[in-house]
Amino acid sequence: MAMFIGGPAPVHPPISMTGQTMSEKILARASHVESVRPGQIVDGDVDLLYMHEMLALALLPFNEIGTMKVWDPEKIVVTLDHWVPPPTPEIAKMHQTIRDFCRKQGIRRFHDVGDHGIVHQLIAERGYAHPWDLVIGSDSHTNMVGAVGASAAGIGATDTAAVMAKGQLWLRVPETMRVDIHGTLGERTGAKDVILKVIGTTGDDAARYAAVEFTGPTVKAFPMNERFVLCNMTTEMGAKVGMIEADPVTKEYLAHAGHRFEPIRSDEDATFVKTFAFDVDGMGPQVACPSNPANLKPVEDVEGTKIDVAFLGSCTNARIEDLRIAAELLRGEKVAPGVRFQITPASQIIYRQALKEGLVEVFMDAGATFTSSTCGPCFGGHMGTLAGDEVCISSTNRNYPGRMGSPTAQVYLASPWTVTASAIHGEITDPRKA
Amino acid sequence: MQTRFEGRVWTFGDDISTDHIIAGKYLGTTDPKVFAEHAFEAVDPTWAKNVRPGDMIVAGANFGCGSSREQAPVALKTLGISAILANSFARIFFRNAINLGFPVIECAGLRDLVKSGDVIELDLSDGEVRLASGGILRFTPLPPNVLEILEAGGLVPKLRKELQTRPTG
Ligand code: SF4
Repeated sequence: MAMFIGGPAPVHPPISMTGQTMSEKILARASHVESVRPGQIVDGDVDLLYMHEMLALALLPFNEIGTMKVWDPEKIVVTLDHWVPPPTPEIAKMHQTIRDFCRKQGIRRFHDVGDHGIVHQLIAERGYAHPWDLVIGSDSHTNMVGAVGASAAGIGATDTAAVMAKGQLWLRVPETMRVDIHGTLGERTGAKDVILKVIGTTGDDAARYAAVEFTGPTVKAFPMNERFVLCNMTTEMGAKVGMIEADPVTKEYLAHAGHRFEPIRSDEDATFVKTFAFDVDGMGPQVACPSNPANLKPVEDVEGTKIDVAFLGSCTNARIEDLRIAAELLRGEKVAPGVRFQITPASQIIYRQALKEGLVEVFMDAGATFTSSTCGPCFGGHMGTLAGDEVCISSTNRNYPGRMGSPTAQVYLASPWTVTASAIHGEITDPRKA
Repeated sequence: MQTRFEGRVWTFGDDISTDHIIAGKYLGTTDPKVFAEHAFEAVDPTWAKNVRPGDMIVAGANFGCGSSREQAPVALKTLGISAILANSFARIFFRNAINLGFPVIECAGLRDLVKSGDVIELDLSDGEVRLASGGILRFTPLPPNVLEILEAGGLVPKLRKELQTRPTG
């Protein structure tokens, strides 16, 4: 059984400031000093700034600042993801504004509709972020990218404008919290179940302003797609960044990017403000119930809850590995009558791979809907929103009231295994029995 | 910069997310009036209509958690909310508000001492809140670098000033 055996670890007395955590090392390098300590305010040089449609909102303050040119077009990546393809003339216009801006500013890495992806996935899969980078994204789930050993934080529109103008951002050096995970997970259970367990145990603001670093044998054994899931949802712990040391698994994932690989890890004698230890040996699927990501129940406790919608999508869980899980369960099965099951890959690259592997045919045979990559349903924007009191089980990361459409709709967060098994049975289902 | 505020209070609980403040379906525009009009619609569809300029929000822990959408503080500021006091704030919401020159104050314990409709006074420079009952609650003043942004009226005016005073070449 999973057991929470942690609790605040003794805090090392800050006498000799020798050891640094990964997050501290990166902020020290980015602000050109030997070392930094938590609480200190630094001006960090940004290695990568990435943006989605928020760029349109950031243009108002950017134009007011008055630098005219971005500080370095080679350090900026832009894609469209929230509304792809644009559902209204107003949003199509917004895309036009972004397109024109990127052309005029010489931003080469603009990934237009057709070459798009949910921005965090696009950054990861194209190898745009590397260990040691200070990465800033105009979206709260920028934390995901920290899984490659970068310090990756999300910001809003005005901060985005400031980075565009100066290439710098003021940051408070966060305390680092360690989440140590060991044990072998039960069947059809993965990183999503682990992170839901962590959030449900520690609370949805346990890591406010902190850096979260995942360590332990379970994490080491996870492939990159699972590591991204862990770091992605540190946002739902309130964290500034989520990180995992860059090891051979990271190196192999980034090999195609052709960038120099420089490993990074926290020093043995680094100071962690807290350590939470989780033994996940034999742990089964977990579900976050309406309407808070920390409202955790083991799947057994919610089995049988009738659903109207199942959604497999978002930056959290819509990678090719997640789609393969869905196909494995759907082969020869049908989506339950009256239930709509929507599968939305996290990028065009994943879309193409799913076609190649014949997954799309399996989805269609089963009566699921397969769409182009977009954030759409995840934030209740378009292309699959919820009505009235509809109940949805979703592979996304948030279930606050109104998140996926109607304010009274009920959203359960779960893994691709649980989402797919539930789509087939029309009620929340333990995938181990499916 | 205005450092003293007096206003009527609207109270909220813990974990008020940006989805509560402004729903995703209204983000397909850059018009602040749209965000203001639909603020807190999921909680109370009449709320935005009943807010008066100068009102304040007093909330529990983790106010503004969720997305990085700056439309959330923009909505509240556009309605004329003069300040938000909460037991704690989510980090991106906090930064976004400060960047807009919108005072957001961590004042632990205040939430339990006020109710909606109370009139309170906030003094930013002294770090004090005066309650309807006359009682006074102190809070830790904002850190100097954050105050500097607020005093400039937000991050944009601050950067403009810096750029103008920077020697060219
Ligand atoms: S998929 Fe959802 S959580 Fe991820 S970036 Fe898009 S809207 Fe945000």
